[in-house]
Amino acid sequence: MPENILLINKLKKYFPTTERDRYVKAVDNVDLALKRGEILGVVGESGSGKSTIAYTVMGMYSPTSGQILFEGQDISCETSRRPMPVKKDLQIVFQDPGTSLNPQRNILQILELPLKVHRLADPDNTIRKVIELLEMVELSEEYLYKYPRALGGGERQLVAIARAMATGPKLMILDEPTSALDVSVQAKIVNTLIRLQSELGMSCLFITHDLSLMRNLAHRVAIMYLGKIMEVAPTQDFFERPLHPYTQMLLSSIPVISKEEETLKPDRITAHGEIPSPVDIPPGCRFHTRCTLAKDICFTQEPDAIQIGPNHSVSCHLFSED
Amino acid sequence: MEASTVSLKEARREGMRRSWYRFSRSNVAIVGLVGVLLTIVLAIFAPLIAPYPQHASAFVDYENAMVPPSRAYLLGSDPSGRDILSRIIFATRGALKMGIGVLAAVVPLGVVVGLIAGYHSGSAIGVIIMRITDIFLAVPPLLLALAVSAVLKPNLFNAMMAVSISWWPWYTRLVYSMVCSIKNEFYTQAAELTGASKSHIMFREILPNCLPPILTKMTLDIGFVILLGASLSFVGLGEQPPTPALGTMVADGAKYMPQQWWVAVFPGLAIMFIVLCFNLLGDGVRDTLSTEEV
Amino acid sequence: MANTILNVDGLHVGYRVYGGTLKVLDGIRLVMDAGEKIAVVGETGCGKTTTMKSIMGILPRQAVIRKGQINFKGRNLLTPGTEARGMRTIRPKGVSMVFQDPIAALNPVFTVGQQLSDVIKYSRGQTKQLSKQSVRDAAIEVLKLSALPDPERILTNYPFQLSGGMRQRVCIAMALSTAGDLLIADEPTTNLDVTIQDQVLRLIRNLVEEQGMSLALVTHSLGVARQMTDRIYIMYAGTMVEVAPTEGLFDKPFHPYTKGLLGSVPKLTGEGIGLGIPGRIPDYLKPPAGCRFYPRCEEALPECKDNKPELYDVGGGHRVACFLYR
Repeated sequence: MPENILLINKLKKYFPTTERDRYVKAVDNVDLALKRGEILGVVGESGSGKSTIAYTVMGMYSPTSGQILFEGQDISCETSRRPMPVKKDLQIVFQDPGTSLNPQRNILQILELPLKVHRLADPDNTIRKVIELLEMVELSEEYLYKYPRALGGGERQLVAIARAMATGPKLMILDEPTSALDVSVQAKIVNTLIRLQSELGMSCLFITHDLSLMRNLAHRVAIMYLGKIMEVAPTQDFFERPLHPYTQMLLSSIPVISKEEETLKPDRITAHGEIPSPVDIPPGCRFHTRCTLAKDICFTQEPDAIQIGPNHSVSCHLFSED
Repeated sequence: MEASTVSLKEARREGMRRSWYRFSRSNVAIVGLVGVLLTIVLAIFAPLIAPYPQHASAFVDYENAMVPPSRAYLLGSDPSGRDILSRIIFATRGALKMGIGVLAAVVPLGVVVGLIAGYHSGSAIGVIIMRITDIFLAVPPLLLALAVSAVLKPNLFNAMMAVSISWWPWYTRLVYSMVCSIKNEFYTQAAELTGASKSHIMFREILPNCLPPILTKMTLDIGFVILLGASLSFVGLGEQPPTPALGTMVADGAKYMPQQWWVAVFPGLAIMFIVLCFNLLGDGVRDTLSTEEV
Repeated sequence: MANTILNVDGLHVGYRVYGGTLKVLDGIRLVMDAGEKIAVVGETGCGKTTTMKSIMGILPRQAVIRKGQINFKGRNLLTPGTEARGMRTIRPKGVSMVFQDPIAALNPVFTVGQQLSDVIKYSRGQTKQLSKQSVRDAAIEVLKLSALPDPERILTNYPFQLSGGMRQRVCIAMALSTAGDLLIADEPTTNLDVTIQDQVLRLIRNLVEEQGMSLALVTHSLGVARQMTDRIYIMYAGTMVEVAPTEGLFDKPFHPYTKGLLGSVPKLTGEGIGLGIPGRIPDYLKPPAGCRFYPRCEEALPECKDNKPELYDVGGGHRVACFLYR
C-alpha cells in the first residue's frame, strides 16, 4: 500500500475564456501529497484555485494535464469513467449545505442513496443504517422525514457530512464546509469532523480560506496563490515559522481576538495590492506584484519549491541561495 | 420550530396543510378552483343536471325554436328548438376531454424528452432533440389541425391529436432549460459523484425540482387548450353535430346576431368562464408552488 | 452626556409576515458619542442590520417600528404612529451607510462617475448650484481619499470592471462624499478576501479618524470588531446582551452567549476549538418570554424563563443583560 493516499503530480486545469488562446489558469502545475490518516489544509484566497483542485480530484473536471493517483491508481479522468470502488472511497462535502442537499428529497432519501448505490445495506436494514449515520453526526432520528428547508444551516451541513460518511470513504474532501456558517455553528461542525476523522482514520483534504481554523484542525497546511502552491509545512512549524512573504502577508491580515495571537502575527509585512487575474498571471514569481521583498530575479524567473527543514517547502527566491 | 414528528404521514400532512394555507391566501385562486370544480361536476353529472338532457342530441322542436331566455328555457333555445343551457352543460364534456386528453398525452412525452435533452445538453443528443423540438414549434397548431382534418375525419380525437402534436415541444423547452441549470446544482453533482445511475439522477433528483413549473404550466394550459379546441370546433373541426360543442354553438349562433343574441353569446360566455377559471387556478398554483418564502 | 450623537432607546421593530409578526428587535439600546467607533457584533439573523436600517430610515415596507426612540444629534427621528402601521423614521442628515454587498449597492448600468456625481449633487447641491467641473473635482477627490489608484479612469468604469475590493472602496467613497457625522458600515468586508479586508478596514479607520466622524460597524467577526473599535455591543436575537469597551470585553466576557461566541472562534495559538453553542436562534414569531438566550443557555436561572434581564453594570463601563450579574 502506498504511503500517500493521494498524490497529485504536475496538475494543471485551464478553463477556456471567450477569447481564443486565452485561458483561466485555475490550477497551474501543482504537486501535492496527502498521507494516510492526515488532514491537509489547502488555504488560499478567492481565485487561488483551491476549489478547482478539490473538484478535479473528485472528477467533476478532467485535468488539462498532470496526474492524480489515489491509492496508487490513476484517476485523472471524470467521474463517469471511474470505477465504483473509487467513487465509494472518495467523498466530498460542499461549501453551502443549502445547495448541496436536494430540496425535494427528505433526509432519509438523501442518506439512503449512497447506501443503495454501493449496496451497503439490505432493503429492510436501510432505515436502521440511516439512523446510525444520523447518530454519528449527533442528529436524532426525528430528522428522517424532514426536508432540508426545515433544518438550520449547521444541521444541514451535518446531514451533508453524514451523506459523505455513508460509504465509509478513505478520503474525504471538504470544500469550505463551514464558511457559510456562523462561528458558534462552525465549532460544532469542526469538532464533529475532528472526532470522526480520528475515530475512523480517514484522510481529509480540507479546502478553506481561514488560516486560524487550520491552526486548530490540520496536520499540514499548504498555501495557494493564483493556482500554485507557495508553501507547505506541518501546522505547528507553519505558524511558528512562516517563510513565504505571501504567507506572512496573509497571517498579518487576520483579525484576531487576543494579545497572545497578536504576537504570532508577523508585523514585517502589511497587506497591499490586489490579486491579479488568473488569466494574465504575472511572469516570474506570480506574487511579485504584491511582494515588498521582491528581487530582480523574481520578475523574470519562476521559483521552484525549495525544501527547508523536514516537510517544509517554500517557492520563493529569497530562500534559493545555498 | 413546530414539534417534530417521526411519522412520514404526519410530515406529508403538514406539507399539504402548508400548501393549502398558501393557496387559500388568494381569493382569486379560490374563485378559480370553485369554477373549475363546478365545470367538472357539470360535465360528469350532465344528464342529471341539464333540464332537457335529450336536447343534447339530434332533437328537433320547431314549435319552440328561437325562444328568448325565459323560465322554461333559462338561456333561450336555438333554431332547432333545443335548450341552450342543456347543450352548454353537455358541451363542457367535450371541452374538458379536449383539455385533459391533450395534456395527458403531451406532458409525459414533452417532459421525458426535455429531461433527456437537458441531461445531455452540450452533446449531440441534446442538440438534435432540441432542433427537432424547434421544428415542431414552428408549425401553427390551427393550420396543423386543418391539415390533419383534411386527411383524416374531422372529429374530437383527431382535433386532440393535432393540438397535441404542436403542444408537447413547449414542455420539452421548459424542462430542458430547467434541467440545464439543475444538473449543475451541487445536490445533483453529489448524487453523480457517489455513483447514482442516470435514471436515478434524471427522475429522482432532477425531475422533482422541475415539477412546480410543470404543474403551473399544466393548469394554465388546460384553459388555452380548451380555447384552441373551441376555435377548432368554431371552424368545424372538432366534435361533429349533433353532439354539442361550445365553438360550434358560437359559430352557428353568429349568423343570428344581434337579434337572437342568446344563441351565440351564452356559449361564448361559457368558454370565457371555463378558460378564466383555469387560468385563475393556474395563477394560484404558481403562487403556492413558488419557492419564495413568505 | 453632552456630546452624545446617537441615542437609540427601547427600540422594538417587527416584520409583518403571513402567520403573524416577527418580533425581531426587542428593546434595543445603543448610545454613541461623537467621534466614537463602536461595533455591533452578532450572528446571522440577530437583527444587527435591522437596527441600522431603522436608524437610516430604510426599513422595508413590512417592517413595523412598534416602540422606541431614535435621537440623532438631539433630534427625534421617529414620528408618532398608529398601532397597526407603526412609527416611521425621518431619514437623518449626515449619516451615510456602506453595505455588505458592493455589487448590489452599485447600479450596474451607470458608470462610477455618474453614480458618484449624483450622490454629490444631491447631498451638496441642495444649497447652491454646482458646476459640472466642481462635481467632477469633488468625485476625484473622494476617490483619492479612498486610496483608489487612477481616479480619472475609475470615474469612466462600470462597476463590473472593478474588483471586489475596488468596488467596496467606491462605496466608501460615495458614503464619504456626503461627508456626515456618522458612518454606518454594515459588514463592509464580509465578501472580501482577508488581505483585501485588511486594506479596506484600515482605510475606513483612517478616514473616519481624519474626518472626525463616528463609526458604527456591523459585523459578525469579533476579530474585525476588536481591530476597529473602542466599544462593542454584542447582540443576540434582537436584544443587546453585552456592552463593553473593546479591551474589557475580550479580557473578561460576562454573558454566557459572549463566552460561547468567544470560545467558538478558532485562534492562531491553536488551543483547539470550543464546543460552540447548542441549539439555534429562536423563532421570532413566538420568541421566549424572558431572556431570549434562555433556551440555549447552560447557566440559566429559574427567573430567566419569564423575566427579561436589563443591562446590569459590572464596572468599567461594562454592562451585561444577564440575571447572573444582577
